[in-house]
Amino acid sequence: MRITQGCFSFLPDLTDTQITAQVAYCLQQGWAVSLEYTDDPHPRNNYWSMWGLPMFDLADPAGVMQELAACRDAQPEHYIRVNAFDSTRGWETVRMSFIAQRPSVEPGFRLVRQETDGRKLQYRLESYAVQRSPEGERYSA
Amino acid sequence: MGAPDTPQQILDPKKRYQAGVLKYAQMGYWDGDYEPKATDILAVFRITPQEGVDPIEAAAAVAGESSTATWTVVWTDRLTASEMYRAKAYRIDPVPGQEGQYFCWVAYDLDLFEEGSIANLTASIIGNVFSFKPLKACRLEDMQFPVAYVKTFRGPPTGIVVERERLDKFGRPLLGATMKPKLGLSGKNYGRVVYEGLRGGLDFTKDDENINSQPFMHWRDRFLYCMEGVNQAAAQTGEVKGHYLNITAGTMEEMYKRAELARDLGSCVVMIDLVIGWTAIQSMSNWCRDNDMILHMHRAGHGTYTRQKNHGVSFRVIAKWLRLAGVDHLHAGTAVGKLEGDPMTVQGFYNVCRDTVTKQDLPRGLFFDQDWASLNKVMPVASGGIHAGQMHQLLHLFGDEVVLQFGGGTIGHPMGIQAGAQANRVALETMVMARNEGRDIVNEGPQILVEAAKWCQPLRAALDTWGDITFNYTSTDTSDFVATPTTA
Repeated sequence: MRITQGCFSFLPDLTDTQITAQVAYCLQQGWAVSLEYTDDPHPRNNYWSMWGLPMFDLADPAGVMQELAACRDAQPEHYIRVNAFDSTRGWETVRMSFIAQRPSVEPGFRLVRQETDGRKLQYRLESYAVQRSPEGERYSA
Repeated sequence: MGAPDTPQQILDPKKRYQAGVLKYAQMGYWDGDYEPKATDILAVFRITPQEGVDPIEAAAAVAGESSTATWTVVWTDRLTASEMYRAKAYRIDPVPGQEGQYFCWVAYDLDLFEEGSIANLTASIIGNVFSFKPLKACRLEDMQFPVAYVKTFRGPPTGIVVERERLDKFGRPLLGATMKPKLGLSGKNYGRVVYEGLRGGLDFTKDDENINSQPFMHWRDRFLYCMEGVNQAAAQTGEVKGHYLNITAGTMEEMYKRAELARDLGSCVVMIDLVIGWTAIQSMSNWCRDNDMILHMHRAGHGTYTRQKNHGVSFRVIAKWLRLAGVDHLHAGTAVGKLEGDPMTVQGFYNVCRDTVTKQDLPRGLFFDQDWASLNKVMPVASGGIHAGQMHQLLHLFGDEVVLQFGGGTIGHPMGIQAGAQANRVALETMVMARNEGRDIVNEGPQILVEAAKWCQPLRAALDTWGDITFNYTSTDTSDFVATPTTA
């Protein structure tokens, strides 16, 4: 299954040219771009690993693309996402986020149903990859 | 302005408080020289005085009847600091191009209002003045609230920023759909529609305003099956999904009960209808704060008093009251869909929901600046007769901070509900990407959609089915200050 988190997951995977254009847009808005990676893509995993700090004061998207290439080399089978952070008052949050790399196989999630009172259920999502292997070995071929 | 014989305020206390009837202007409810204080609450009314009624006297009457006045002089005014408690009409302008209509500005002292109560505010401002005989019609066009007053409200329990952080969705409008048919589905069939929509690519699905607990579907069944659909779709997509469970009911006790089941089942959002009333809205907002819940507001019923320009309350005022009262989502119009809404007027509603500071913008119907004093932002919802073929117009008009809801445009898709959802999501992501790349989506939009439809068959089917559907009717509620563009 294809995890559809992020801004453009319903489109074909972005080419580097397309990623560069999106990064350029973020920089034009004055947002700080950063990279994060994980092999635990649970929808409520808020804290993916940071690939360095947000690139404040960057003018040229090439800087991001260089870091993206390095991150891909180091983590070839992880999810990598590009985030853009807006520090404007009233926002002070991520304004854009999209997946820039995904593992070659995505086994997805199991829905665990725990029966409780009456007909109520407690639901839990479990990642097959996380269940199977420890961190760092989950999506290796 | 006004007739030369406009009565003046009587300053001599003996004459002012002699028993009998005076004009409202004579009683002190008109002061053309008044400069509003920074702590005053301001309102603009559109009034249509009866034949022969002086517009200034009519404006004074509005100020009087929405603050301290009654029809006759009362000596008990003299036991109070009545000069301060009197609202003051301080400005009146003829409405451009509308014979016999006037905008009248009224200032209210902050002490006239209880803190943190929309019920109290509305009881004053729209309490009885709209039935006042000397006026043929009256409409509350806009209001301005001082920061001191805004700060007495808690505002939206979640707000756009935290909602997006909870959903982990950034950089594009959210996508939703209202379940159809509105009435008649059993719980199990209803949950199927929820599941299919979310699985196909929607972020949210939604109960309609009149889905509560009817013979065909008890509310508990609806909640149980909807949450099965939500969680199943989340597992199969790896995304956070939600369904607006409508908890509207006959009593507060029953609403709390329904809200608690929604929470126990793990729902991230509940929904209420505007018709439950201001006090119930504020109570549910507090409950949502205590339970990490997004609060979706359906503006059911608003058209009865917001649509006609000469009488009622503008929706921009309703939106301001709802931001104070504290809702996270608010249906605010589509401009291009099946329901009333001139594009610029609708954009004005969106600004009220989303701005940190709203700026005066007469072509968008905004009469005042409004500092929201860090109150959370409300996510506007565009819902009603919109489809994938309008994606470029919707994105251009409303930007990213909006929920676009395609009910019929999802469920009525010829290849099924999942295909309908996928078509909408692909159209949306394609258009966001094109806009960010610097393409002129207003003009190139249809072409951009056609290009995406080459590799996305559901989008092609959606464009074939609805591509030409428009709702080009003249809007009723338009700005009086410039000619407004249409969506045509």
